[in-house]
Amino acid sequence: MSGPRILIVDDELQIRRLLQATLARGGYQALEATNAAEALVQARTSAPDAVLLDLGLPDRDGLEIVPLLRKAGNAPILVISARDDTDQKVAALDLGAVDYVTKPFDSEEVLARLRAALRERVLAQGATAKVRAGSIVIDLPNRIVTRENAEIHLTRKEFAVLEQLALHPGRVVTHQRVLAAAWPHERDHRIDYLRIVVRNLRQKLEDDPARPAILVNELGIGYRLMADT
Amino acid sequence: MNDRERPEPEAFLRQAYQEGRGRLKIFLGAAPGVGKTYEMLSEGAARKLAGLDVVIGIVETHGRAETEALTGTIERLPRRPIEYLGRVLDEMDLDALLERRPALALIDELAHSNAPGSRHPKRYLDVEELLAAGIDVYSTLNIQHVESLNDVVASFTRVRVRETVPDSVLEQAEIEVVDIPPDELIERLRDGKVYLPQEATRALAHFFSKSNLSALRELALRRAAQAVDAQMLDHLRAHALGGTWAGGERILIAVSELAGAEELVRAAKRIADSVHAPWTAIHVETPRTRSLAPAEHQRIADALNLAVRLGATVATVPALSVIDGIKRYAADERATQIVVGKSARSRWFELRHGSVVDRLVRETPGVAVHVLPMEPSRDRPARRIAPAGAWGSRAGYAWTTLMIALVTGGASALFHILSLGNVALLYLLPVMAAASLFGLRTGLFAGLASSLAYNFFFLPPTGTLTVNNPENVVSIFVLLGVAVLTSQLTARVRAQADLAAGSARTNAALAGYLRQLTALADAEDLAKAACLEIARLFDARVVLLERTAAGLSVKASSAPGDRLETMELAAAQWVIDRGEPAGRGTGTLAASDWQFQPLRAGDRVLAVMGIARDDNRDPVRSDQLPLLASLLDQTSLALERLRLEAEMRDIDAVRERDRLRAALLSSVSHDLRTPLTSILAAATELRRRRDDPLLETVESEAMRLNRFVANLLDMARVEAGAIRLRLEPVDLTDAVAGAVHDVRRSLENHDIVLDVPPNLPLVEVDPQLFHQMLLNLLDNAGRYADPRSPITIRAARRHGTLSLAVVDEGPGLPVGREGEMFETFRRLQGSDRSAGGTGLGLAIVKGFAEAMGMSVEAANRSDRSGALFSIHFPERLLVRGSDQGLDE
Repeated sequence: MSGPRILIVDDELQIRRLLQATLARGGYQALEATNAAEALVQARTSAPDAVLLDLGLPDRDGLEIVPLLRKAGNAPILVISARDDTDQKVAALDLGAVDYVTKPFDSEEVLARLRAALRERVLAQGATAKVRAGSIVIDLPNRIVTRENAEIHLTRKEFAVLEQLALHPGRVVTHQRVLAAAWPHERDHRIDYLRIVVRNLRQKLEDDPARPAILVNELGIGYRLMADT
Repeated sequence: MNDRERPEPEAFLRQAYQEGRGRLKIFLGAAPGVGKTYEMLSEGAARKLAGLDVVIGIVETHGRAETEALTGTIERLPRRPIEYLGRVLDEMDLDALLERRPALALIDELAHSNAPGSRHPKRYLDVEELLAAGIDVYSTLNIQHVESLNDVVASFTRVRVRETVPDSVLEQAEIEVVDIPPDELIERLRDGKVYLPQEATRALAHFFSKSNLSALRELALRRAAQAVDAQMLDHLRAHALGGTWAGGERILIAVSELAGAEELVRAAKRIADSVHAPWTAIHVETPRTRSLAPAEHQRIADALNLAVRLGATVATVPALSVIDGIKRYAADERATQIVVGKSARSRWFELRHGSVVDRLVRETPGVAVHVLPMEPSRDRPARRIAPAGAWGSRAGYAWTTLMIALVTGGASALFHILSLGNVALLYLLPVMAAASLFGLRTGLFAGLASSLAYNFFFLPPTGTLTVNNPENVVSIFVLLGVAVLTSQLTARVRAQADLAAGSARTNAALAGYLRQLTALADAEDLAKAACLEIARLFDARVVLLERTAAGLSVKASSAPGDRLETMELAAAQWVIDRGEPAGRGTGTLAASDWQFQPLRAGDRVLAVMGIARDDNRDPVRSDQLPLLASLLDQTSLALERLRLEAEMRDIDAVRERDRLRAALLSSVSHDLRTPLTSILAAATELRRRRDDPLLETVESEAMRLNRFVANLLDMARVEAGAIRLRLEPVDLTDAVAGAVHDVRRSLENHDIVLDVPPNLPLVEVDPQLFHQMLLNLLDNAGRYADPRSPITIRAARRHGTLSLAVVDEGPGLPVGREGEMFETFRRLQGSDRSAGGTGLGLAIVKGFAEAMGMSVEAANRSDRSGALFSIHFPERLLVRGSDQGLDE
């Protein structure tokens, strides 16, 4: 068995079994841990390529072990969380998790998130600097955005926002992170500025701005650039 | 220091009282015939034209054509015939008017007295009830019917009207003076255009003289100006605008049992009005008060009642003398002006007692004393009831005679060793004993008898009543003098003791009552004890009524089996509704045998206490009112205490229940959701591998169950008021797209049409809660819309607000019940089985919307059949400036 190795951390047998089936379908190898202590041991000894972490663990607060897992290896961490735990999701992302899936999850979604997380690892190691999303191509080093090969004029703010999202294609990026990069001098958490810029970007990039398919909103958390994989 | 800047609570209360109440406008005229009714009707007609719901309660057109024409345009309420002494009188139908509930009622002749048997004796009380019900009223009034001006008008027109309207009614009204010059009015009178009641024709010639009319006109204008003043003042005080009203003035008026007290009260009202000062009417209760005749008691009560109607505070002050009472009360209340009446007393009386007025002026420095002449009593002075024993008892005379006989016998036996002077001293003994034991008269008798006996038996020449030695005349006078002094002294001591005993009795009654009430922990026992105790203290029958779901019910009574008739229940209901006393001895429903008093705590009426007597007298004497008020206060406090205690117990129970519920819910949430997550994910995963309709069923049912659990939890949060908001600016495009994405599977049979313009302002909402709202609205639409019909989400901006609607094509909502859609567990009738769902969804939509300050609305489509659910964002939820682009 080859393929990237994914560590599943969950105390529920059924969930582990299910994730295992999903991962197998996606061509991944599954490792399992049922609590925080096991997870940390596995992270050190088995060097997984990514971690799927349920935040509700019996022995420790799931949030606590996010930084510990990060120290134990450089595998990207995806947390599994309930739908209305916005605070918990944001906290996990701030602590170094790269993305999340919401319970009850869709197996396709789990696989898509994993793919994005693993690809970014490759990106970080210096691969292509062009991000594709449908008919849109974002050339980051040259700061050029094209739609069906025609260049699209973006304002500086629009590009700054798009750049932050394109740096992590397919991954959620928090409002906070985009704001800090695109409005470095603005101290207030002016999400309204961001929303308006995204609105303008959608007018230029989306086929149907009322049903965004490229710049997707993540409720209460941030945006996701739905890049091709 | 800054007292003036602080808004006065009473002024605020008065303004608050005005809010929610109907407004009264009075068309005030100087005399009949100036055109008040016409003016009122034309203004009513104008309001009607402007779209207001105007109704004529009662209007007398007296056949005048122009006036009659005006009434044609306005709805007229039929009158209610009342039979009285064989005659049928038409009266305004108050209940029909209350039932009809117009925005504005036109009611002629505010001063009118209703036929006996009506709910209120006076029409202004009817109007009061309409105002309290929130109905605006226009009415008409002639100046001579204003209570405080009644005397003034009578003094120069020599026509006294019996029907008066209290000034307090005018003070809360807007006043419009209907004014025509006197000449013109006299002209109209001559042309027969003025209708006058029969009884007035006699005095007509005098009444309608030009000088009278001018004076009346001036009065009307002045009164109107005063009302404007008073309302302005209220406004100033409520808003503490640092106004210029005369601060600190306080008027005190003392009423006595003498005739003319009412004129005195009216005069005091005018003085108080002119300096915009609060005023208090007091009656000083002296030992003498108890010996007053019932008619005199009545006069005092009448005067005090009038004072209350004219807006005064009243008090009964116990004191040894009138002067002391006034002095003490004036000092306590910091009165700046005192109004007293001066009766035509004989010179002799003043010499003996000193003029009350002179002493008052001397002994209250810094206080202005107004002395008004009192009309000498027109009725025969009431025969004074002599206090018991004033003439002395027979036994007293017998004992006195016996003592004098003994002293005479003893003195003659010892005469050989006693000097004549010492014999006189011996006679002092029976005199002092008689005076102190049996009162003044018996004392005087003893003095006289002693001096006669002394003279006859001991003064030479003995055996005769002649006195040779002038020295002995002195002895006789000394004996008489001692009798007078001793008896006065003891009488005073006794009076003081009586007064003290009286207040001690009151205090003891109060204290005993209070002790009884505080010991009780059960509301039933308390009501029973209160009834029994008050019945005992007032020697009357007492019931306590409480409001229950089914109306008023008797909670306790001093004589079990006492039944209340319809009339009594109506009076009690009135008291509950208004918080004012009603029934016998009051101005409302006075024909009842019972008097009802409210038991209140703050603004709320807790219960009603009814008091009645078997002997057909007024249930409560005026001098007992303060005691009754204290007892009622104590009862209210005790009832309120019990209620609060019960409430605290309830709150504890509720808190415990909430805690349990929260614990249960969180465990349900976890225990239900975890397996659901597995089932759902497993079904999805399986469906990827193999296409099987059964798997689709498992998946969609699991999804439904999942939404149901989510809704249950959300509803619990709404009901517990435990919604924590994380507000942030949200783009409706994102919100709608997110919701549509989440329901894409369950609504795959419907086209979802988005009509959300890209340039709408952002809204400040909790994104998660708003997402749930949209999911539920879409879910609901999907459930009730026709299969394969489109569902439209439409956002639009209108007049500063923003609304978002989910519109479907389907059977729509039951007509007339659109508003009920958001109630918990409400589902469309008949279709709930087929459509499934729990009916929680829309209740959650409403709960979340309200928590975030939005409003929701359900309606039927106007263009075709289908339902339309909309969310309205008020302006403050819109992020300002966010509807423009942000291009650099």
